[in-house]
Order: sequence, then structure tokens, then C-alpha cells
Amino acid sequence: MSRYRCPECGYVFSEEDGDPHEGYAPGTSFALLPDDYTCPDCSVRFKEDFEEI
Amino acid sequence: MKGYTATLENGEAIFYQDSKRWFWLMSVLYPLLPFFGIWLHAVTSEQAWLLFPLALNYIGGPVIDWIVGEDQNNPPDAVLPQLDNDRYYRYLTYIVVPLHFISLIGAAYWAATQDLAWWAFVGLAVVAGVTSGLAINTGHELGHKKSALERNLAKIVLSVPAYGHFWIEHNRGHHRDVATPEDPASAQMGESIYRFALREIPGAFRRAWDIEKERLARCEKPLWGYDNQILQSLLLTAVLQLGLVIVLGWSFIVFFAIHNVLAWWQLTSANYIEHYGLLRLKDSNGKYERCQPRHSWNSNHTYSNLVLFHLERHSDHHAHPMRRYQSLRHFDDLPTLPSGYFGMYLLAYVPRLWFRIMDRHLLALPHVNGDLDKINVDPARKTALYEKYGQSG
Repeated sequence: MSRYRCPECGYVFSEEDGDPHEGYAPGTSFALLPDDYTCPDCSVRFKEDFEEI
Repeated sequence: MKGYTATLENGEAIFYQDSKRWFWLMSVLYPLLPFFGIWLHAVTSEQAWLLFPLALNYIGGPVIDWIVGEDQNNPPDAVLPQLDNDRYYRYLTYIVVPLHFISLIGAAYWAATQDLAWWAFVGLAVVAGVTSGLAINTGHELGHKKSALERNLAKIVLSVPAYGHFWIEHNRGHHRDVATPEDPASAQMGESIYRFALREIPGAFRRAWDIEKERLARCEKPLWGYDNQILQSLLLTAVLQLGLVIVLGWSFIVFFAIHNVLAWWQLTSANYIEHYGLLRLKDSNGKYERCQPRHSWNSNHTYSNLVLFHLERHSDHHAHPMRRYQSLRHFDDLPTLPSGYFGMYLLAYVPRLWFRIMDRHLLALPHVNGDLDKINVDPARKTALYEKYGQSG
């Protein structure tokens, strides 16, 4: 289970916790997020911008 | 006055005080504008004074901006985290939320209890609407934040102008698509504000609805239910405005219709001038470049920035959408508007004049250098503009 951080605003997508408010259940793999996934907080960084932490 | 200390990389200690600290109260008090007109009406019995806030906004705003001038001061980077975390600034954005309600209810109450001529009734609705446009500005500042409190306050304050979809549309749609032809909230070169409004208002609502619909589908929750964040805010609008119609009378359906459209028009005006003609280019993979400071128009005019929570430092806002208003910075060589927002709104309302002045500014930007291929051009005007400037599309 990995964690990925938005380099602009610091939002963290944790595979373990998912993001239920956005409809991503706990255990959702980052790789399975849609290709057009956008940071849910700042919306100016995209899936390919996220950094694994 | 409160100061911030920090140590630079070279070991030098710096001390910074925000000279605008107390002046931000102007953004809190400005939404009380209708009461100024009401007070003047009360003491003189002359109904025309009810319209005075419009003069203050549309004539006073540009004149005061011109007299007071610009402020290009920036907080040093080293103190930005402290400035951002100073709770005083965010409390101001909380305090203004109930004032937006008080302002609308006060104007409606005055319209209901005075024997007003039809034009004064309509005028007061216009004043209330222009003022509630500021509620969208407050919702904008609050809706960009991570805390549940601030996001909920955004939904609450956006119920005043009946624009509950705005924070979803703006954060998740406009910021993602800004300065591209796909963005209904980015104006295109050659597009008048009136044609822009017909694209922006319905387009923005559709985009917000689609974004929320997709989220709810992922959450396996019903679209038409309490979890729909757009409906949450619209429900508050219904309680507020229908409640006032029931209490004050059926004529207030007209009052709120005028009020709402005028509030939306304020946002349309701001959106129109903030990205006019600016374009993010596509890379070799067909993806748009990340939003850069050159993709927004800016103004450093002190007065209009102080009553709009620094909205006019727009490039830094788009580069760092979560940054709080007090920390937004000026940069040299950015697309710069010739006036503050209030003056630019007036210019936008006269399209021929707008095109004459702003197309010149747009083409002269260093990253555009007269090349229409680097501009977001209105498809309906594309042939004519390429012909006018002797370029092949």
C-alpha cells in the first residue's frame, strides 16, 4: 500500500485509506485511478504529477 | 501591529509587517454597501439615493483605483507560511459570511416596507445583486481551502446568490481547464462579454453538474439526494429566497430574479477579464501545458484588491490555488490589466472599446508576440481576426 502526494498542494492519496468522499474506496490502487485523475484539492496537478512518498 | 520573523538561507534575519493587515477589513465591510444607499434614502426621503451604491461601485471604484494607484509589495517568501497560518485573515472571511445574508435580507426588507417607485424597487434589487456578486468572491476564497469548515461556509455563502454549483465548477473545472477553448469560464479573443455570458453561465453549471454526477456515481449515491453538494447549497437558497417571498410578498419573485442574475453577472464580468484570450499550448502528447502565471490577467490596483480579497493577483492564485488571499504575490512581466477590476468591467460592457484596447495588450504579450496561434481565439471570429492581422489560421 503506497501513498502519493500532489506536488502543488500536498494532498496525499493513500491507497490504504482511499478517498471515500471522492468515491475511491479504501484499498484502491493509485494505478487504477482514471487517467484523467486530477488532484481533488487544487485541481492543477494530474495523476502523472503525483509523487510516491 | 503583528510582525513575522524568519531567517533567510544566508543567515540574515528578517522582520515583516503586513501594511494591508487592517485594510482587509474593507473586504468584510464592502458587502454592506446597500445599507449606505438605504441610509441616504432614510435621511433624505429621496429614492434615487438607493442607487448610490452603484455609482460608488462603477464610478467610485475606477476613480479611487486611479487615485490610490498600485501596490506591488510582496511578503518575503520566508514568512509566507506564517502569514498563511495567521488565523486573523481567515476569520475575516468567516465574519463576512453572515454579512452577505444581512445585506440581502436588509435590502429586501427595505424594498418591502417602503413605498417605492417601480424603478427604485428594481434599482434596489440591482444593488443587492451586485453586492451578492461579492458573496461569490467570498465563496471563492473559502471554497479553495481544505478544511471542512471553510468548504461548508463556501456552500452556505453561495446560497445567497443562488450559485451553489460555483465552488465545484470553479475548483474542479475552471482551474483544471483554464485558458483553454474547453473552459466555458475563460473568455476568447473576439468574444464579447454578452456572448461569453451565454456560454459561461449554462456551460459552468453543466460542468459542475457533470463533475458532481461522476463523483456521486463513484460513491454509489443517488444524484438527487442529500449528498449532492450542489443541491445542498440550492436547498439553502430555496429556504432563504422562497422564505422571503412568502414573508414579503409575491413581487419579491421579481426582486430575487433580478438579484440573482446581477450576482451571476458579477462573476461573469470577473471571469471575462481574468483570462481573456490567454491560451495554454499543447505538448507533443496533445496535453495542455500546466497553468503558468502568464495564463491570467492581473491588476495590482490597491483599492479594488482590498475590497475583493486580493482576487486581482490572479496569476499567483492559479499557480497556487490553495494560497490564502493575504499571501498572493505580484510578479513582474505578467499579463497586466490597464485598470482594476471595476474599471475593466465598464470597459468590457462596451465590446468595441474592449477589443480595441485589450486585443492590443493581448497581442503585445511577450509569450504571444503577435502570434494568433498562441491566443485562445473565438472560433466564430477566427477567420476575421486572422484576416485582420494578416495571418493564416
